Amino acid sequence: MPRTASKPKKKRSKPYTVTSSDTVSVPSASSETKKSSKEKDGKYKLFNKYANASSGVIDPEGIEKLCSKLKVSHTDIKILMLAWKMKSERQGYFTKAEWRRALKALKVDTIKKLKKALPELEQEVRKPLNFSDFYAYSFRYCFTDEKQNCVDIETICQLLDMVLGSTFRDQVDHFVNYLKIQNVYKVITMDQWMGFYRFCNEIIFPDMTNYSLELAWPSILDNFFEWMREKQA
Amino acid sequence: MYRATIIDFEQGCKCLEAGVSELKRILEEETSETRIDPKQYLELYTTIYNMCIQKHPHDHSQRLYNKYHDIVEHYAKKTVLPCVQQKHDEYLLRELSRRWDHYKVFVKWLSHFFNYLERFFIPQRNYPSLLEVAMKSFRNRVYLEVQVNAKDVVIALIDKEREGAQIDMELLKNVLDIFVQSGMGTIERYKEDFEMFLLEETESYYARKASRWIQECSCPEYMIKSEESLKKEKERVTHYLHSSTESKLVEIVQDILLVSVAKHLLEKEHSGCSALLRDDKTDDLSRMYRLYHPIPKGLEPVADAFRIYVAREGNALIKQAQDAAANGSLVEAQVLVGKIIDLHEKYMVYVMDCFKNHTLFHKALKEAFEVFCNKKVAGSSSAELVANFCDSLFKKSGNDKLSDEAMEATIDNVVKLLDYISDKDIFSEFYRKKLARRLLFDHHKVNKEHETSMITKLKRQQGGQYTSKMEGMVTDMQLAKEFQKGFKGSLTAKPGGIDLAVTVLNTGFWPSYKTSTDLNLPREMVECVEAFKSYYGTKTNQRKLRWLYSHGTCHVIGSFDPKPIELVLSTYQAVVLCLFNNTERLTYQEIIEQLNLSHEDLVRVLLSLSCAKYRILNKEPASKSISTTDVFEFNSKFTSTMRRIKVSIPPPPIDERKKVVEDVDQDRRYAIDACIVRIMKSRKVLPHQQLVSQCVEQLSRMFKPDIKMIKKRIEDLITRDYLKRDAKNHHIFNYVA
Repeated sequence: MPRTASKPKKKRSKPYTVTSSDTVSVPSASSETKKSSKEKDGKYKLFNKYANASSGVIDPEGIEKLCSKLKVSHTDIKILMLAWKMKSERQGYFTKAEWRRALKALKVDTIKKLKKALPELEQEVRKPLNFSDFYAYSFRYCFTDEKQNCVDIETICQLLDMVLGSTFRDQVDHFVNYLKIQNVYKVITMDQWMGFYRFCNEIIFPDMTNYSLELAWPSILDNFFEWMREKQA
Repeated sequence: MYRATIIDFEQGCKCLEAGVSELKRILEEETSETRIDPKQYLELYTTIYNMCIQKHPHDHSQRLYNKYHDIVEHYAKKTVLPCVQQKHDEYLLRELSRRWDHYKVFVKWLSHFFNYLERFFIPQRNYPSLLEVAMKSFRNRVYLEVQVNAKDVVIALIDKEREGAQIDMELLKNVLDIFVQSGMGTIERYKEDFEMFLLEETESYYARKASRWIQECSCPEYMIKSEESLKKEKERVTHYLHSSTESKLVEIVQDILLVSVAKHLLEKEHSGCSALLRDDKTDDLSRMYRLYHPIPKGLEPVADAFRIYVAREGNALIKQAQDAAANGSLVEAQVLVGKIIDLHEKYMVYVMDCFKNHTLFHKALKEAFEVFCNKKVAGSSSAELVANFCDSLFKKSGNDKLSDEAMEATIDNVVKLLDYISDKDIFSEFYRKKLARRLLFDHHKVNKEHETSMITKLKRQQGGQYTSKMEGMVTDMQLAKEFQKGFKGSLTAKPGGIDLAVTVLNTGFWPSYKTSTDLNLPREMVECVEAFKSYYGTKTNQRKLRWLYSHGTCHVIGSFDPKPIELVLSTYQAVVLCLFNNTERLTYQEIIEQLNLSHEDLVRVLLSLSCAKYRILNKEPASKSISTTDVFEFNSKFTSTMRRIKVSIPPPPIDERKKVVEDVDQDRRYAIDACIVRIMKSRKVLPHQQLVSQCVEQLSRMFKPDIKMIKKRIEDLITRDYLKRDAKNHHIFNYVA
């Protein structure tokens, strides 16, 4: 009788691997070397092409180079999605581990393959479950400070355009307009950021007939709503 | 008497019938006494008795019972009914009444004859009693035939009486008793054959009256008529109606005369509720209360009218003050609070007297005052106005302008008034600031009993936390005095040759003041400060003293050429003058450098010493304002007729109102935060609207929170990780432990 039913049989022949899943956080060194060493080399080679030699990470300059190779603008949402996929922590910089993470997940190791994989990535990210995670990520990605918890209005306007511009053009245009005109709020918090996403998904626009001031929409959206109503009158 | 012979039934009946005829005859004659000859009575009784106790088959009880029934039936049908049916109108009633009386007597005697049946036969067989049988016969043979006509006559008579005619009340009483009795133990016959129609008639009668009266009469007149009508109807019941009719009659009359016309009546232009209040018609108002009190929800329109009137009066006062302020006069605003208090007292009297202290009217008064007591006049909120009022009140009291009772009464009124003001925290802030000034600058004028009385009363109404700082301030003054005694006692010599008195304040209780610790004091004063500091250090543990030179007073002797004069000055003024002990002339620049005072403060001081009423210093050039290039010189020629003068200095032009509002706003933010966290901690999960409404409720004792502010605080608490939105429903919050 097997002691644990979860242990797959075929792995018994390899004494060093622990599980059969791919998302191993601490893979044993030997398994890594045994596994697709060919691919790893490819990813690192690619990485080194764009990385800054002294700092050992891909810096903004490198990313620009990468973008021109991929034939996308560095303000294209696909780059942000790539950052999300690799769980990049610092805007403008890709570390080796992050790079590897993304390329591995996308199953690519050359620029050509990466370029091809980008539209698929976008499709995947746009799935509702992923998108809200991506949306929150894009906000946090703007933090330059460890203790930071809000983002300035100007950055928000650009970010909104990039992240929601294609799906909620109207809402983004009006809201960005409002943000620029008002002077009560100088920064946006995560709660307000997510609130706007919910607003786009739930509220009929531009009628906003199903919006209510009595509910718990963030105050900034209440003000936005009232401002819109005044304009429509 | 024992008879050996058996009485035959027919025989016995013959005897009976003779007796019955005799009875009938006697009744017809209507002599004052209806008396059967005792011998005959006994004979009849005995006959029946014997017929009952005879042995079978001569035991005639059953047949006798039936015979009884036949007799009463016959009497009712053949005697009573025809007589009644012949008559009409009132005569009908009279005949009916008469015949009814006869019937009762008839039945009484008959029952005596047949009494033996009652003892054994009837109970044994569980038959209806003799009286029941008789009553039933009367009902079926007489009552049912004549009741409609009788009812019509009775009601017609009642109508006549309502119009003022005199009617025979005993007659009606008797007739209606027939209706009642015909119910045979229930009140049904009376209700269905009479009462129902009476109520209908009453309704249409009063409807007619109401529509006429409401047009022709003023409100008081109408009420008097209504009261009269109710009184009469109640009397009617005691005179001849059955008692159960009273409540129904009263209800109808009230409904028609008072309820359906309530709006029209109360709002009558020249005599309605507001007119009565305006003209102080307490009798009429009391009547109104009396009339509407028994009616369910009847008092509500009256209380409403009262509330609207009082609110109007209050609003008028407010508008008066607002208009006057717009035209530049602020006097109205100052006397406004006093006027509102007077208004409150006036209408409280109404509530207690005319409206018998009823809670509805207390509530109406409260709501009326809440309407206008929260309006602003000339930019000042009512909270500020009341605080100003208190300030002048207590400043006056030092001059004994008000007797102790009058003062206490006014204090009571102010505390009551505070209950109507929603921004109670603003009042407390203003009050505290003014209290501080009174305690620090006018302490010899302050009447401690009055001040404490106000604080105690406020505490009783609003709670200890509300008054804790004020109490602290008053206690501080007391402690400071005692501490000062100790300090004086400890000194062997005057530090710097000066009599120093220090008041130590507890920072937490007092409003925040700007300190001026950088001020360069003259040597003598420095000695004073040091002396006190060391004494204080021996008496307390590690406490830091912050010196408020801006709030001190100094008595300085000016050695002027004509004569020395004592000057009562602020510390700042004294410090400036002391500089001139070393040199005769000083420039503005020199003064400011040596002292380290701020420019604004120094300008005020120099103005008071060189350009105002008393020229202690001479200024070059002798203009009316201070410039930084001016030069000042000690005016040795200065003199006055008095030996001591107070050189006043105007207070710095801080916008106190703005500061108070800012401080209160900040406190409110903390209060809202604390409230939200407290609620969420206990409830764990709560939808947005409920959180907001609970928050409002909890805070309403102190102030009326702005919903938008609450929303903002919630969002702030989300960002600070005290709450979070529920993952499934973003309009519900979860407490983050």
